Amino acid sequence: MTNSVLYEAPGPVAKRRGLVVSVVVGVLLLALLTWVLVTLGVNGQLTVEKWGPLIDPTNGTFTALWGLLGAGLGNTLLAAVLAMAFSLVIGTLLAVSRVIAAPWYRWAVVGLVELLRGVPVVIAVFFASRVLPSFGLDMPVMWYLVIGLTAYNSVIIAEIVRAGILSLPRGQSEAAYAIGLRRSQVLRTVVLPQAFRAMLPALISQLVVIVKDTSLGFIISYVDLVRQGQIVIQNLNNPIQTYFVVGVVFVLINYALSRAAVFTERRLSQGRKGGFTAPRVTETGTA
Amino acid sequence: MHVIIDNLPLYLSGLQRTLQICLYAGVLALVLGTVIAAFRVAPLPPLRATGTSWVTVFRNCPLTVVLFFMAFGLPELGLNGSYFWFGTIGLALYTSAFVCEAIRSGINAVPPGQAEAARAIGLGFGQTLGLVVLPQAVRTVVPPLGNVIIAMIKNSAIVGAFGVGGDLFAVGDTLTSARGEAVLPVLIGVVLGYLVITIPAGLLLGVLERKVAIAR
Repeated sequence: MTNSVLYEAPGPVAKRRGLVVSVVVGVLLLALLTWVLVTLGVNGQLTVEKWGPLIDPTNGTFTALWGLLGAGLGNTLLAAVLAMAFSLVIGTLLAVSRVIAAPWYRWAVVGLVELLRGVPVVIAVFFASRVLPSFGLDMPVMWYLVIGLTAYNSVIIAEIVRAGILSLPRGQSEAAYAIGLRRSQVLRTVVLPQAFRAMLPALISQLVVIVKDTSLGFIISYVDLVRQGQIVIQNLNNPIQTYFVVGVVFVLINYALSRAAVFTERRLSQGRKGGFTAPRVTETGTA
Repeated sequence: MHVIIDNLPLYLSGLQRTLQICLYAGVLALVLGTVIAAFRVAPLPPLRATGTSWVTVFRNCPLTVVLFFMAFGLPELGLNGSYFWFGTIGLALYTSAFVCEAIRSGINAVPPGQAEAARAIGLGFGQTLGLVVLPQAVRTVVPPLGNVIIAMIKNSAIVGAFGVGGDLFAVGDTLTSARGEAVLPVLIGVVLGYLVITIPAGLLLGVLERKVAIAR
């Protein structure tokens, strides 16, 4: 039963003790949950009036409400996909130019990467919505969010791609040069495809971060899921219930994405017995 | 640039506020994250399940939603406090999930022989973890843990955006919207404020890494 090296397979005594502790912990957790629910109930947070519009399809406002939230979710995903696409392109260009470029240019890229990594993403978004209009660039709010997210995430993706390029065995590019390919061909046909493959799980994980980060759009009044939730709350006065539902939607989407990352990782490591292993990139949960 | 010099006291108080948030949230997140990591590798299924759901929820939910939930949920449970505390606790809960995952990867990196040896001399789960595995795990994960903390410092700006008065983000907001200062210099000042924290933190991390880290 046990696959951990930290403890023995339990004997009779340990089994009994484990059972007792399990029951105690279970009861404590249930008690905590009950306390939360009872307190919420006493404060009138569990009424049909507050929950009905969110979970009861026969409720009058159910359809309108989910139409609203659905539109918000659509906007959230649209911003996330756009930010991911731009970050991928710009990040790849940054990574490639850092690998092949002349020293003075490399320093410029390194400087840019370090600077943008030091800026909190919320500030990138917030100031994109303030700075760009002051330079006469007026555009729909979504683009400020996308630009802010891209500024931050493209350097992160640049680092991921660079790690992927550096993880390749030297023989790959040496062999490509040996058969007479030029540098651009080596990169395009040999190095980058393998680098992307190696870093696919990390890239998918970064998508989770971007989906979460789009929730910052509410600060600049982008009508994303969070913002639509706030509109619902203004009308129905049910912040706990609505934020609960919004939170569940985010958790479900991102959980599915991170499962996809784990799945891809497993697929990739199966197909590469005895080959190189992709470097692990730690998630830091930038939001 | 005169905006920054003229408003230096404001920037400094913002920096101080941001540091406060980060200090409290950081300590809380490290403690919570370690406990949750211990839960996740514990022999008892209920503990493991608790740890797993904790990480799943807090890692996949945007910090903004966590913060809103703190602000609206905690008062309904009879827990009152300032937005400063709601924000700090929310940031700590969110970060604890990432701390947990970093530490857990460290636990996995400790060679099995170490834990086996501990078990062979008769140590129980608590002793094996606390005396033998965790001390080594924590040293292995200094770099990723440091990255988590630096990400947390940057995330503290969201706590500011969310309405905790006086931190660096709020300073930028006040100067640009209420006083109508030019946006770019204010932005440079705010970013410098964060770099003043994150660059030394990064350097300190490097020093710490050389001092304690074990390469595997």
